[in-house]
Amino acid sequence: MADNTNQTTYKVSSNPHVRSKATTGGIMLMVIIALMPATGFGIYNFGLRAVFVICVCVASAVLSEFLFNLILKRKQSIFDLSAVVTGLLLALNLPVSIPLWMAGLGSFFAIVVVKMLFGGIGQNFMNPALGARCFLVISFPAAMTNFVTDAYTGATPLAALKAGENINIFDMIIGRTGGTIGETSLVAIIIGACFLILMGVIDLIIPGCYIVTFVLFLGIFGQRGFDPAFITAHLAGGGLMLGAFFMATDYVTRPMTKWGQVIYGVFLGIMTGVFRVFGPSAEGVSYSIILGNLLVPLIEKFTRPIPFGFKRSELKKLKGGK
Amino acid sequence: MPRFTFSGGVHPFEGKELSKDKPITQLKAGKILVYPVSQHIGAPATPIVNVGDRVLRGQMIAEAGGFVSAHIFSSVSGTVKAIESRRVVTGDSVNSIVIENDFLDEEVKYNPLMDWNLASREEILDAVKGAGIVGMGGAGFPTHVKLSPKEPENITYIIANCAECEPYLTSDYRRMLEEPEKLIGGMKILLRLFDNAHGIIAIEENKPDCIALLKKLTHDDKRITVKGVYTKYPQGAERMLIHATTGRRINSTMLPADVGCIVDNVDTLVAIYNAVVYGKPLMERIVTVTGDAVSDPKNFKVPIGMSYQEVLDADGGFKVQPEKIICGGPMMGFSMFGLEVPTTKTSTALLAFEHDEVAASEPSPCIKCGRCVSVCPGRVMPSVLADAAEHGDMEKFLEYGGMECCECGCCSFICPAKRQLTQNIKSMRKIELANRRKK
Repeated sequence: MADNTNQTTYKVSSNPHVRSKATTGGIMLMVIIALMPATGFGIYNFGLRAVFVICVCVASAVLSEFLFNLILKRKQSIFDLSAVVTGLLLALNLPVSIPLWMAGLGSFFAIVVVKMLFGGIGQNFMNPALGARCFLVISFPAAMTNFVTDAYTGATPLAALKAGENINIFDMIIGRTGGTIGETSLVAIIIGACFLILMGVIDLIIPGCYIVTFVLFLGIFGQRGFDPAFITAHLAGGGLMLGAFFMATDYVTRPMTKWGQVIYGVFLGIMTGVFRVFGPSAEGVSYSIILGNLLVPLIEKFTRPIPFGFKRSELKKLKGGK
Repeated sequence: MPRFTFSGGVHPFEGKELSKDKPITQLKAGKILVYPVSQHIGAPATPIVNVGDRVLRGQMIAEAGGFVSAHIFSSVSGTVKAIESRRVVTGDSVNSIVIENDFLDEEVKYNPLMDWNLASREEILDAVKGAGIVGMGGAGFPTHVKLSPKEPENITYIIANCAECEPYLTSDYRRMLEEPEKLIGGMKILLRLFDNAHGIIAIEENKPDCIALLKKLTHDDKRITVKGVYTKYPQGAERMLIHATTGRRINSTMLPADVGCIVDNVDTLVAIYNAVVYGKPLMERIVTVTGDAVSDPKNFKVPIGMSYQEVLDADGGFKVQPEKIICGGPMMGFSMFGLEVPTTKTSTALLAFEHDEVAASEPSPCIKCGRCVSVCPGRVMPSVLADAAEHGDMEKFLEYGGMECCECGCCSFICPAKRQLTQNIKSMRKIELANRRKK
C-alpha cells in the first residue's frame, strides 16, 4: 500500500525545518575579529613581546582544552573557537612584562579549572579569562602589577590619578599609556565593540548600564564631581571599557533576561565604583564582573520574563492549568 | 508610525517568490481518495457509509462525533472501498474511509440559504457546521465551535488572518488575489453573526498588492478595516495577531473570544462563504507545492483526500531527490515519511527541500546567548524549558511557563548551538496535556 513506488526514505524531524545561519563558532569568530583592533594596538604599543604573550595564552588555552578532551575521551570541542577567545581575552588582560610561563599557566587555569571542570562551554559560572586573571593576581601579585616597560616607566594612569598626579587625557583615549596589553586604547576597544553591536552579537544593555552607573557613582562619590577630565580618565583608564564590552557581555556568565541584564550592569557599575573610589587598588573591573557572575543565577531567577498574556499577579496560574 | 506587531519573532528566508505568481490550478482527483476521520481538533468523526456504498461528490461520509468535531464529505463520486487504518502526515495511523473514484463527477444537490442577509444566526451556524468547516490555517479547530461563544454580544473584532507568515506558503496570497470578494463575503457573513463586531483583515506588509486590492474593495464598508501588519514570523499566530491588531493579549488558558475576538484564516472565510451562499461543503482547499527540490512550484486547488504523491505528480515531480518533505510550512509543518498519505482539510502546502538543514546541524551545548529568550513571542525562556524537559523536571517546566509555548519554532530556528529546543518543549507539553486529560 504505502511507499510502493520506490523505497526512498525521507528525513523526519520535529519543526522547525529551517535553521538560521548563526553558529557558536561563528559568534566566537566575530568576537575574535572584534578584539583585533585592541590586540593590534597592544602590539603596536608594547612591542614584539606582546605578540609572544598573546600567542602563548591562545596556544595554551587551545592545547589545554584539546588535551582535556583527549584524556577524558570527550568529543573534541576546540573548533567552537571559545578557547581562542578565552586565551586572547586573558592575554589582553595581562601586563606585557609577565613571564611567559605565567601567561601559559593562566590560560591553563582558565580553561581547565574555570571552564572544563564545570562541564565545558556554557557551564562555567564565571568568565574564564577573568577567573584566570584573578588567580594570577593573587598568586603572582608583583608580576601582575608590573607595568614598567621600555615605553612606559611610570604607573598606570589610574594609579597616577589615584595618587593625585596629572595625566594626559588624549594619550589615554588613544591608548599611549601603560597598562595591560589590550586595555589601554579606548578607541580600539570602541571600534571592536561597534562591530559586535552591528553584527548583533552583543547589545548595549549591559555595557550601557554599567558605564552610566559607574559615571553616576563616580560623580557622586568620587569627590571631584562630574569633572569631565576626571570622568574621562576613569573611563579610558584601566580595564573598564574592555570589561564592559567584552567580558561583562560574555554570554555564559551574564543574565539572559533583559531586566536581569539591566540589574547586572548597574551592579557592575556600583561595584567598580566602590572598588575604584574606596578600595586600596586603582582597579576593580575584574573583581566586579566576577562578583556579578556569581549573582547571575539569582538575578535570572527574579527577572524571569512574564509569559505573554499574563500579569505578574497571575503567575501562580502557570502551574495549575485551566 | 508604530507598526502593528508583537515583540520577539524571527525573519526566516521567505522563499515566496517561487510560487507567488502562479495562479491557482484546479486538480482532478485520482483513482483512490482517502479521508481520515480525524482531520480536526476534537472528537473523530463517525463514518456513516459502509463498504460498497455508492457516494456522490459533496455527500457526507462521516458525521461529527460530538460538538467539537466536524463532518467529512466526499470530494468525488464513487464507491467506498474500505474503512481501515491509514497513515496520515503526522505518521500516526488513523481510521480512514477509502473511496474509489468513478470519474462520473455526480454531485449531490446543494441547498444554499435563500438569502443570508435575512437568515437567522442559527441558520448561518448550521450551514457552517453542516459544511464541516474547520480552521484551515493548520490547527483545524471546528469553526462552528469558534463561532458559538458564550456571549456573542461581547465579540468586538472578527480578524481575518491573512498574515501568511510561514515562509514559502503562497496559498492564502493567491486566494486573496483571485477570490477577494469571497473572502470579504465570508467576513460579512461573520459580521452578520456578531452585531457589535468590527472586521479586521490583517495582511503582512510583504503582500502590498493584496493590501491595496482589499482596501479598494472594502473602502465603502465601515465595518471592515484592512490592516497591514509587520512582516515577521509568527505574525499569523493567533495570539500574536490579536495583539498586533487590537492590542489585546490572551494566554494559553484563554480563547480569543475571552477578549472579544474571533480569528479565522483566509481559506476558512472562503469556505464559510461557499457554505452559506452556495451550500457547498468543504471538499477542496488550496495547497502550495514548492521548495527547491520541486521542478515547478505552483498553487493548486486540491480535492481533499487526494494523496500528496498525486498532487506532486500533477506538478511534474521532483527536480532533484529531496532529503526532506514537509506538509505545511517550514516553521510549523510536519516532516513526512512518504508521499502516500492523503491531503486533509488542514494541508496548506507540500514542501520539498533538497537539503535538510536540521540533519546538517549538529546540536552543541547551550552558550546561554539568550537569543531564544529574545525571539520567543510567548515570552518564556526556551533554553530553561528545554533543560527542564531534558531532565524531566515537570515542576520547573510549568513554573517557567512551559504551557505558554505556542510551538512556533523561533527558538530552534535562531539557536546558534542548534539545540532542539522546540522539540524538547513540545514533547514535555504533550506529556503534561496527557496528564491533565487523565485527571
